Amino acid sequence: MITINGKEYELSGKTVTEVLEALGYGGQHVAVELNESIVPRAEYDKTVVYSGDHMEVVRFVGGG
Amino acid sequence: MIPSREEMYRALEERHGKELQKKLSGAAVAVCGLGGLGSNIAVSLARAGVGELLLIDFDTVDISNLNRQQYFPEQLGLPKTEALSETLRKIAPYCNIRSAQVKLNEENAPELLADVPFICEAFDRADQKEMLVGCILEKMPEKYLVAASGMAGIGSANTIRTRRITDRFYICGDGESDSAAGLGLVSARVMVCAAHQANMIIRLIAGEFTA
Repeated sequence: MITINGKEYELSGKTVTEVLEALGYGGQHVAVELNESIVPRAEYDKTVVYSGDHMEVVRFVGGG
Repeated sequence: MIPSREEMYRALEERHGKELQKKLSGAAVAVCGLGGLGSNIAVSLARAGVGELLLIDFDTVDISNLNRQQYFPEQLGLPKTEALSETLRKIAPYCNIRSAQVKLNEENAPELLADVPFICEAFDRADQKEMLVGCILEKMPEKYLVAASGMAGIGSANTIRTRRITDRFYICGDGESDSAAGLGLVSARVMVCAAHQANMIIRLIAGEFTA
């Protein structure tokens, strides 16, 4: 199980890109933190998440 | 006659305590984007006695800004950097205000933000928020960053909150209310979000790292 924004998901073995797609963040503007480290955007495709990982996804919407 | 630097400092010390005021007066904060969030953040930080503010925006004051941004009708057409500097100098005459009328991008951000430890992301567009936040987190991991997402409309102010992502990256807002979804940006709710950002910056300056 992977914890994403406080909820658990069965997404072990997936890349960050696949996780974002699965959770409906595909094509959206985000920042991703995995186990207290920021995942660089260029590494979403090659970073794999494993059981026990904690991930935070920040989605940016317009307005300021 | 405006009060002397010493009188202003003493008044701040009386409100905030000696220890906190020393930290605030010694701090430098960059505000990236001087719209509804940034102009309100800058006013809060200047009033709190933050020693140095770096204001960054490429734009000029437009009539559509006046519903929520800290500008005056007589300032229409002025660069926001200039208009806001003018207002902040009235609020806090001894604050060291620097500004850059430039569009921040991944190339110029590292140099422009080099000597400022605390940064507020206060842009309007989602793609620009993602760009700046990504750039700071990847290229300047030593910075403290407080960003914002989701403050449009007149929904409950109680849904706007501060989330800690790491001990150097915090995000304020409801995460949902998108100005592009037809919800206008309204002064009060934008100010609530700006106040969350300014408060988190003050907490970080004070050495408090929880949201």
